[in-house]
Amino acid sequence: MMEPSAYLILSGILFAIGAVGVVARKNALIILMSVELMLNGVNVAFVAVGSYLGDPTGGIFAFMVMTVAAAEAAVGLSILIAIYRLKETIDITELSVLKW
Amino acid sequence: MVGPLSNIHEYLWLILAFPLAGVVLNGIIALVAERPLLLPADDHGHDDHGHGGHGDEHGAHHETPGYRKLVAFIAPAMIFAAFVVALLSVIQLAQMPAESRTVVQTLFTWIQSGGLSVSVALQLDPLSSVMILVVTGVGFLIHVYSVGYMSHEPAFARFFFYLNLFMFSMLTLVLGSSYLLMFVGWEGVGLCSYLLIGFWYEKDSASTAGKKAFVVNRVGDFGFLLAMFLVFWNFGTLNYTDVMARIPALQHSGILTAGLATAITLLMFVGATGKSAQIPLYIWLPDAMEGPTPVSALIHAATMVTAGVYMVARSNALFMLAPFTMGTVAVIGAATAIFAASMGICQKDIKRVLAYSTVSQLGYMFLACGVGAFTAGVFHLMTHAFFKALLFLGSGSVIHAMSGEQDMMKMGSLRKHTPITFYTMFIGTLAIAGIPGLAGFFSKDEILWKAYSSSHGSPVLWAVAAVAAGTTAFYMFRLIFLTFFGASRIDKEVEKHVHESPFSMTIPLMVLAVLSICGGWIGVPAALGGLNHFEKWLEPIFEGGHKAAAVATEALSHGATAAVHGAAAHHDPMEFILMGASVAVALFGIAIAYYLYMVRPEKPAKIAEANPNLYRLVYNKYFVDELYEWLIIRRIVNGSVWLWQMFDVQFIDAMVNGVAKTVRSAGDETRKIQTGVVGNYAFSILLGAVFIVGYLIWR
Repeated sequence: MMEPSAYLILSGILFAIGAVGVVARKNALIILMSVELMLNGVNVAFVAVGSYLGDPTGGIFAFMVMTVAAAEAAVGLSILIAIYRLKETIDITELSVLKW
Repeated sequence: MVGPLSNIHEYLWLILAFPLAGVVLNGIIALVAERPLLLPADDHGHDDHGHGGHGDEHGAHHETPGYRKLVAFIAPAMIFAAFVVALLSVIQLAQMPAESRTVVQTLFTWIQSGGLSVSVALQLDPLSSVMILVVTGVGFLIHVYSVGYMSHEPAFARFFFYLNLFMFSMLTLVLGSSYLLMFVGWEGVGLCSYLLIGFWYEKDSASTAGKKAFVVNRVGDFGFLLAMFLVFWNFGTLNYTDVMARIPALQHSGILTAGLATAITLLMFVGATGKSAQIPLYIWLPDAMEGPTPVSALIHAATMVTAGVYMVARSNALFMLAPFTMGTVAVIGAATAIFAASMGICQKDIKRVLAYSTVSQLGYMFLACGVGAFTAGVFHLMTHAFFKALLFLGSGSVIHAMSGEQDMMKMGSLRKHTPITFYTMFIGTLAIAGIPGLAGFFSKDEILWKAYSSSHGSPVLWAVAAVAAGTTAFYMFRLIFLTFFGASRIDKEVEKHVHESPFSMTIPLMVLAVLSICGGWIGVPAALGGLNHFEKWLEPIFEGGHKAAAVATEALSHGATAAVHGAAAHHDPMEFILMGASVAVALFGIAIAYYLYMVRPEKPAKIAEANPNLYRLVYNKYFVDELYEWLIIRRIVNGSVWLWQMFDVQFIDAMVNGVAKTVRSAGDETRKIQTGVVGNYAFSILLGAVFIVGYLIWR
């Protein structure tokens, strides 16, 4: 069984890319996709550590996260469609009515 | 006696419980049945205040609602029940040996805090027995009278609710076994006085008079409260029996000096001047006549205003230790007696004459206490309760007959229309004037004699009191002549309705008239061959004071200060001479009144015209109200305005508003963090997460 460090570095890189995407991009669709990237970065870490320890819990958690992510994507996308129909844009800097 | 009544003293609490039951029942009825009156008025027929309602006597008779009948039964019945219990208790007290006539019934512990332990306990002794009999007896008669007098009043149940509450408070005041309970009652009667003076609160003058009484009394209560603190501080207790018992020990240990006794008693006397309307705090009592007449009779003549005298008599052992206070009490009493009597001369309102007369008679009581003749003071308190209640109720009957008119200049010749009222009031007037044989004679004469003969007294005090007695006779007969004799000056419209009052009003008058005649016979002085049962009855109460004073004088090695009643033991021919002199002075006053108001009725106006300044001075009550207004009230108002505009607005309000403004501007700035852009929030979350993880790693 190989060391999990390479997997964990990959996981960290994926998570960081996703985080930067969430913070830096203005397109809400891209932000949703970046969130998926972060979740999957975490999934990699779960699976890697789980298989290193010979414990199936990590894999089970990865499946759990995927399920939730699927649901989240479905809800998020439908909200985006609704917003687009209303505002004709999904640029988050223009969707800022909920402020002081 | 057998059965449950074998020891009636275990049922002392019933004397308080009956009026309290009346308070609760009448209060419930007032809240339920008279609720519409409490709501903002639309047309509840209150436009014609109080007495005005009497005019429709001959109009359509409305059926009395059931609840009014119930109230008219409950309120007097409760007081009567209390009177019966009081009477039985006093009879049993009289059967006990004289030395042990002090019964204390502890009901429950009220306050238990450190060294202070106050239990609610009732004390029946000769002094409080006199008070409860007067309060419940006269109170019952006045309740019966009120049923008739207030029969046209919409707020019937509210009136009796207040009246029963007053009785409860007054009985607490006189039956309580400690200064604290006395204070509870003291404040209770003050509250009821306020509520009843302002009973017709839609009338501006009535609500103002109520406030005035309350505020002036507050000044006095402050003194009483301080006196109580001093007593507790030095004696460690507020119970009468304990305080009296500790006096000798404290005298020996040098704690209870004449200075301390003077401070305590002077402060107590400040309280008494407020409640009992003495100089300088008498000003509220004449204004208190704005209340219904039975209230004036019960509270502002017979019972509440005598609370100060009761307090001084109750604390006689302390007062006897403070010669300076005794002198002050005597001088204030005598000054009030003559000052108020002179103000009564020119008043036109029948009730105001009686109000000044009450102030004057209370002055007599304090004069008696001040010269050490506490018995005489309490005796006069009792007889005064009879004849002054009678006079007030009589004046109420006159006002009732006159459809609410109170100006004596618009009366006259009422003798024919209201014979019962006339005869009973005439008896009351003879009694207050001090005609031999009637109640007022014995008590007033005893005061005059003690003012002269007592070691604290002096011929000057006697002379002042005698002149006041003559003045009293004069203005009371002026009242009688103006009201009942001479030509009718009654308004034609009013004259049609003049009628004698119903039996519920005249029967109390007759009972009080009998008491005004016979009430003095229990205190016939030894000089007139009497046994003076009254003095013997009260002796145990006032013994302690004389003993304490004797110890004090011994300690100061001042030699012989004769015991106060020592002089009365042998028959001084002076006593008869002074007695004759005071009767002569009274007859002289009556003669002047007869000459001025019967023989030459045009004369008074001429005298007034000849001395316009003097007349104006007396008619306006020496401008004392105006003086107070200028000297005190305006200062307080100005000071309050300054505090309001400078301190309150500029400091307190500014502080509060400043805090609010700071918070607001801080919020104004910080709320801009909420940009509404999701990315910014996400960045904050990320930053937070990085910090937390960083902390977990490098901690």
